[in-house]
Formats: sequence, C-alpha cells, structure tokens
Amino acid sequence: MKIAERKSLCMLKGYALRRLHLGPIDFALQVGECVSIAGKSGAGKSLLLRMVADLDPHEGDALLDGAACSGMPASQWRRMVTYVAAESGWWDERVDAHFLPGTDFAALFPSVGIPAEAGAWPVARLSTGERQRLALLRALTPQNRVLLLDEPTSGLDAENTERVEQLLRNRLSTGIAILLVTHNLEQAARIATRHLLVRDGQLLEEPS
Amino acid sequence: MSPPLLGYSDLAIAAILVVLNAVLTWMLELGLTRTILIAGVRVIVQLLLVGLVLKTVFALASPALIAAVAIAMFAMASYEISSRQERRFAGPWGYGIGAGTTMLATLLVTAFALFGTLRPSPWYAPQVLIPLLGIILGNVMNGVSVSLNALNTAIVRERTAIESRLALGTDRYTALKPLQRSALRSGMIPIINQMSAAGVITLPGMMTGQILAGMDPLEAAKYQILLLFLLSGGAGLGALGAVYVAAWRITDERDRLRLDRLVQR
Repeated sequence: MKIAERKSLCMLKGYALRRLHLGPIDFALQVGECVSIAGKSGAGKSLLLRMVADLDPHEGDALLDGAACSGMPASQWRRMVTYVAAESGWWDERVDAHFLPGTDFAALFPSVGIPAEAGAWPVARLSTGERQRLALLRALTPQNRVLLLDEPTSGLDAENTERVEQLLRNRLSTGIAILLVTHNLEQAARIATRHLLVRDGQLLEEPS
Repeated sequence: MSPPLLGYSDLAIAAILVVLNAVLTWMLELGLTRTILIAGVRVIVQLLLVGLVLKTVFALASPALIAAVAIAMFAMASYEISSRQERRFAGPWGYGIGAGTTMLATLLVTAFALFGTLRPSPWYAPQVLIPLLGIILGNVMNGVSVSLNALNTAIVRERTAIESRLALGTDRYTALKPLQRSALRSGMIPIINQMSAAGVITLPGMMTGQILAGMDPLEAAKYQILLLFLLSGGAGLGALGAVYVAAWRITDERDRLRLDRLVQR
C-alpha cells in the first residue's frame, strides 16, 4: 500500500504523548490494522495504552478520525478507544451486570469458549482465564472503534488463545483497529501486520 | 426534688469500680490494667478541666472568648478527623476536606437549632451555644471521619474495578456511586442505631443526666428527641458533603482516577 493511501485511511493518531519516563511518542493506526507492541516489563507498554485511553495525566494528544481526545468528554473517547487492562476489574456480583443491557450472551460467550448461561453466574465463580476473556467481550460495543489490548491471552491455553485471536480477526475485518501489547512474538506475527517496540522510553519500528 | 449535688467523695466511691476493674484485669493478666487506669485519670482531668473552663466562659459571657472556644473545638475536631484517615489526601486537602465539611455541617445545624428552636437570648449565650456546638461537632466529626475513611480505603481497594468502568466509558461519578453509597451508610449507621435504640435498649446519656438532675422525664425526652434530630441531620450533612468533595478530588475532569492525590506509602 502506498504511503498516501495509508495516510488517507489513518484512523487513530497519537502525537507527542509523554508521561514519566515515556515519550514523546508519535504513532498512527489505520482502519482495520493490528499493531503489536513488545518491550521488557516496566518499559512502559501499559503506560502507553493508558495514555492513549487518557486514563492518566499526560502531555500530547490523540486523534480519532481527526477528532481530538482533549476536545471531547473522556467517557465519549473511551467508548470509542477502549483500553482492556491485563488485570480485569469487576464492580458487581453477577457477570451480566458488567455488560450492556440487551447483550445476547448466547451469541457472544460461546465464541470464546464460555457457556451462554455464564451471564447469571457470580463473578467469584469465574477462573482467571474466564475473567480475561469476559473482560475483552464486554469491551466490544457497537461504538468501539479502537481496542487497546494489554496481554489479552496471557493466561490462556492454546485452544482459548486461538478463539480469542479469531475473535480479534473478526473485529479487524469490520474495520476496528487494535493496538496489541503482547509478550508472545508468535501471536504478534499471527495477527499483527506491524510490530513496534518500546525501549528507553521510545516507540520503535521493529523489522518483522 | 432538687438536683442532688455530687461531692468529690462521691466520685471517689465511684472510682472504686474502675480500680476494681484494673485489679481484676491485672490478676487475670489481660494486659489492660495500665490502659484502664490511664483512661480513668484522663476522664477526671479532662472533664474537670473542661468544667472549669466552661464555668469561666459562662461567667464572663464574652463573645470573643466564646468564639475562641468554638475555634479551638473545630481545630481539635479537624485534627482528629485527619488523623483517623488510613488513606489521606496529600497536601492541604488531607486536612481541608474533613475540616471544611465538618465545619459547614456543624455551623448549619447549630444555627438551625439556635434560631429555629432553642432561641436563647442573646443567641450566643454560652450555656446553650457551647454544649450544643460540642455535641453536634462530635457527631458530625464521627460521621465525616468514618465516611471519608470508608470511601478512600474502598477506592484504593477497588481500584481495578473502578478503572475498568472508566476505561469502558463510564463517567467518574457513576463509577464511584456504589462506593459513595456504602461509605455514607457506614458514617450514618451509628446515629441511626442511636435513634432506633433510644429509650428501648438504652436511655440516652443526656436524658439520663437530665432526669438524675431532677428534670421532668417527658421534658427530658423532648430535649433528647430534638438533640437526636440535630445530630442525625448534622452527621448526614457532613458525611454527604465529605463523600462528594472526596469523590470529586480523587478523580479529575477527564474522568481519571487520581490515587496520586493521596499520601503515597
């Protein structure tokens, strides 16, 4: 693809993002593109995703289809550019209370190997892996345009990792873009088309 | 019946009970002997001192002196609140949120009582103002410090849950609402219990004192009801204010959780 074409398709842009030891960082994400981010523990990968989601005070700004994050309410930005943390958080006792009303659990849950009736389960009954997959599912709303995923399959077995990757490929094919933090280089090679590396506070292009 | 006056010998007789307690715990090796004795001495010194100070203030009835006593009471209450916080706000906020909301709620409720129901003359008559301020302040202080502490510790504990909601596009007040609700409940439960149990399980301290001092029980009951209403109003207002100001301060206008605004440890 020519550079001019890529630019016209550019969907999410970050410029001069800076916090603590990280940055200034610039990056761009195209429609339907998955970009992987690697780097040592503590290099600032999660920090970068949190900055893009505007979850921490930072310098710089991000743009979605030309609209600045700083120019709209943070909640509106995050419904479109959604961060899914490595450690999932739960604020209610039942699983279904964490999903939008009217979510079709029967269609959604089996795609990641979780029974449809899990909606009625207490969260305490879920295993770590189940929590991780459900936390990803609840972020997939109709408004969502970009997913910022932090180690989405770190605790999963091969079968469930494959299911999650398939789910992500389906989202990518609908034009969703994904920024994927992963330690798993094979996974990065399987679903990401571009590979970046966080090192010494900078985001570097990594030859695949 | 005229109120029976207590002599110091009467107090000495009552003190036998405290000493007996101390001896028993010493014999049973409960490790409470020292604490009981110190508390016993403290209650003697503190209350006699307060009695003496109040006697002087009442006698002089000088507005400046009354104001000074009131300010000293507020300062001590504010210090007490901030020292009871496990997770305090950094900087002036650590002191300010508790002190500000306590002062506001106490002043409102005290003014309400002074001008609405008791109407003493002059309005700042120390015999009414100081005990009223004291008991309202104490209750507001409890409500505020319990609620504030409950809210901040819960927010630190539930950090991942709150941030998950924020990351999904929930605004800060919606994300904190359940925590605010349970913090308010912790702060209000003592006074609610006090109202529900009053007269059935225990005779409230003030009413007991008034009856012992010779007041008609029905009149004493009316005073007690008035007081419990004032106290619950004060504790509720103070706790509500503290919980909202704290929720506002621990987040920012970009709907971020700002735990960095607490004292780091």
